Amino acid sequence: MNGIPKVVVIGAGVVGSLIARELTKYNISVTLIDKEEDAGWGVTKANSAILHGGYDDPVDSVRGQFAAKGNQQYTQLSEELGFEVKRIGSYVVAFEDEDIPHLEELMEKAQANGVTGCEIHCKEEIVKRNPNINPSIKAGFWCPSAGITEPWMVAISAVENAVLNGMVFRPGEQVQAIEVSDSDQGKTVKGVHTDQAYYPCDFVINAAGLYADKIAQMAGAYCPPLHPRKGEYILLDKKLGAIITNILFPVPTKDSKGVLVLPTVDGGILLGPTAKDLDVDQKEDTTTTVQGLAEVRQKTSAMVNGLDFSQTVKIFAGLRPEDSQKDFVIGTTEVFGFINAAAMRSPGLTAAPAIAIHIVEKVLKEELGLGLEKRSDFDPVLEPYPTLPEDDPQEWEKMVQKDPRFGQVVCVCNKITEAQIIEAIRRGARTIDGVKFRTRASFGRCQGGFCLARIAEILARELDKPLNEIKYRTGNTKLLSGRVRA
Amino acid sequence: MKEITLDALVIGGGAAGMAAAVELTQQGCDTILIEREDRTGGVLNQCIHNGFGLHVFKEELTGPEYADRYKHQISDNHITVHPDQFVLKVDPDKREVVTVGVEGVTCYKPKALVMTTGARERPFSNLRIPGTRPAGIYTAGVAQKFVNLQNYLPGKNAYVLGSGDIGLIMARRLTLEGMNVLGVAELMPHSGGLARNIAQCLDDYNIPLELSTSVVEVHGKERLESITLMKFTPDTLQPIAGTQREVACDTLILSVGLLPQNELIEDFVQLDPVNKGVMVDSHQRTSHPWIFAAGNNVAVYDLVDFVTLEGIQAGKAAAQMIKEGFADCGQIPVVRGNNVGALTPLFCCLDETPFKFYIRPTKNMDKGRVKIGPGLIQKVEMGLKPSEMVDIQITGEHKEKIKEMGLTQILVEIEEV
Repeated sequence: MNGIPKVVVIGAGVVGSLIARELTKYNISVTLIDKEEDAGWGVTKANSAILHGGYDDPVDSVRGQFAAKGNQQYTQLSEELGFEVKRIGSYVVAFEDEDIPHLEELMEKAQANGVTGCEIHCKEEIVKRNPNINPSIKAGFWCPSAGITEPWMVAISAVENAVLNGMVFRPGEQVQAIEVSDSDQGKTVKGVHTDQAYYPCDFVINAAGLYADKIAQMAGAYCPPLHPRKGEYILLDKKLGAIITNILFPVPTKDSKGVLVLPTVDGGILLGPTAKDLDVDQKEDTTTTVQGLAEVRQKTSAMVNGLDFSQTVKIFAGLRPEDSQKDFVIGTTEVFGFINAAAMRSPGLTAAPAIAIHIVEKVLKEELGLGLEKRSDFDPVLEPYPTLPEDDPQEWEKMVQKDPRFGQVVCVCNKITEAQIIEAIRRGARTIDGVKFRTRASFGRCQGGFCLARIAEILARELDKPLNEIKYRTGNTKLLSGRVRA
Repeated sequence: MKEITLDALVIGGGAAGMAAAVELTQQGCDTILIEREDRTGGVLNQCIHNGFGLHVFKEELTGPEYADRYKHQISDNHITVHPDQFVLKVDPDKREVVTVGVEGVTCYKPKALVMTTGARERPFSNLRIPGTRPAGIYTAGVAQKFVNLQNYLPGKNAYVLGSGDIGLIMARRLTLEGMNVLGVAELMPHSGGLARNIAQCLDDYNIPLELSTSVVEVHGKERLESITLMKFTPDTLQPIAGTQREVACDTLILSVGLLPQNELIEDFVQLDPVNKGVMVDSHQRTSHPWIFAAGNNVAVYDLVDFVTLEGIQAGKAAAQMIKEGFADCGQIPVVRGNNVGALTPLFCCLDETPFKFYIRPTKNMDKGRVKIGPGLIQKVEMGLKPSEMVDIQITGEHKEKIKEMGLTQILVEIEEV
């Protein structure tokens, strides 16, 4: 190794982004590559967005090692990076007497995992907090540390903070090969080829989500085959937001945490996911299905009354990478310098901060003996995205006097102003989804009916591009094909 | 924060709002019209086709021309318009409206509030059609804005889902602007749009209309590549197995309904579940004595002319309230009988002011008897359709008769004959 070590992190989901940011705290060169044109657009953008309590993962599993720890680390992380975390607590609810022993089992597991504050609540307590829950409920397992967040904002803000501290972010680049040298001492990582450039490096962190197995293959390193597990979701309008206050899980089965009902950070109600195992080669199948959506409806309606599906804002499906062991694959491989952070099934989002620290402290420093020095100039704090004081017109007035564009509401459903959209573009949004995920503009009930054309215009103006070059997201996703009568 | 005390505040500068503001001003009320966009006119500004104004102006105008007539009246009457204003809050107890705009926050304190906030389009995801979520799917209004105002095309080969008027209009517009429109699917066994639009927008351009048909899946990871169509039973609207058909297209235009917008006031005024809009009486008064409403936030009308007339009605009533206070003129509820869908007003005031009932049939009928009463009005109408409202004038004499007959409610029904 000549000079300061070079690390390439592949994958800018929550795991890769937080690892890359953690690495940037040290005196090393870090490059983060993602095939998507923004951070957090793979597995990260479509899941339940829950910070799990970490009570139920097997104590001897890798998951169990990180979940509860990661959950706790989100408090500091959200303060530093400015994304929202709401610790609204979760219930596992039992509707049958024979489910109650399951709740007691969870209490034991929680104790073993060191998760504190968990309790078994009686029906009355649960109904008091969630008056719309099916009245046949018997009891529930309460975990106060469980919370909700916006996972994409975790990735976006971690990347932004790391870039401000010197990390190189290369979105929209596809890794095509990994250069490995072979000598008597064994194989060693030399660099990463993308469709656009070559990045010489000493370490590769494989956080490539669904494609981590393919990336490992390129290096000749081990990673178990990863198949996608599809989860379909229905998002209901904020109008219904008040019908529950906590995350509601059914009693889990061996394979899955079940179909949930939970509030979202911005006040909607999220229902899902289903859990359907797909083939290893179906890594792009994010289609929703008649059966999947029907299952979400049926199972959640059995849990909570008053779910009005005419208030559907969005349906979507996400994929989570799963191996046959149903556990994370984290650590070194037979190729020196090639490190996996893979198979991030649930609770991957929750565990991500703890995994990031583990990769640096345990893997790089202890196992590989890398002498890493902390930088004194690392600034962990990212300026939060501006939000508007909806209920305080006096405060809003002050913001408009500072910048009149805070008076120009573009997204009428979520009250997002032109100033916020311009700020999102200044900070990296290049697409409609880039603006949407950073600001929530067009995320509301009209789904862009009023604001899409305006957001596209602002993007075109700020990026100095013709309107028909503006895209929703990666790939062939332009909004418009060309001029009329052309 | 600026505070403005005034007689009347009209929220929404579309057809209903412009008409209400002009009426209020002509009645001598100090009125301000506020608008979210940078200009008045509402959706008329992007409706560059003709067919507007036959009732109000007795001539055929385009949307911008129709809006212009009222924009002129607004300037001729020196009405203050505050554009680019977004309403943050309507406070029914303090009787205040708080808005934000580029100049800051404003608190309006009007004696009467007229809500003319229109409707929004039902978005694609609300339909819960499974499949992918590709680029190339637009509501007709969004596509219309791109094409007519920004002069860009959304794609090359389009299919239209839903036969609402704006969908039909867009099928023609996209054809004229250079796109290939492959067809229009309608889930119901009847068209959702006016007969004249079927003839002038589809038939004239050989665009097929497929009734009892809907999109059941969309395909294409990045850009829309194709849609799956399926036939549905006309009565129970169930999919018919084996009728799936895939159609290649890169654009899907949706005209699947308009939803009245009442988010600002829905917590404290009564809404009607069938109209999905604010309930009003025959003076366009809502259940809150300070608030009047007119236009598509009350019920989705077929013609802008109707919306204008309702706006004038609201303006008149608001002016009267401002000058004389709230008049308890006695009102009786209006109830739906057979074959009646959207219906407004839903209360009939017993003073002598005339008004119109707007009645939407729930099904196609070759011949139907529209009955108001019982025993007040019977009118035989030919070719009744859900896409065309029937309007029936109620006069002062009718109201006298209602009082004589001692009716405690008015039943509106359509009998198939």
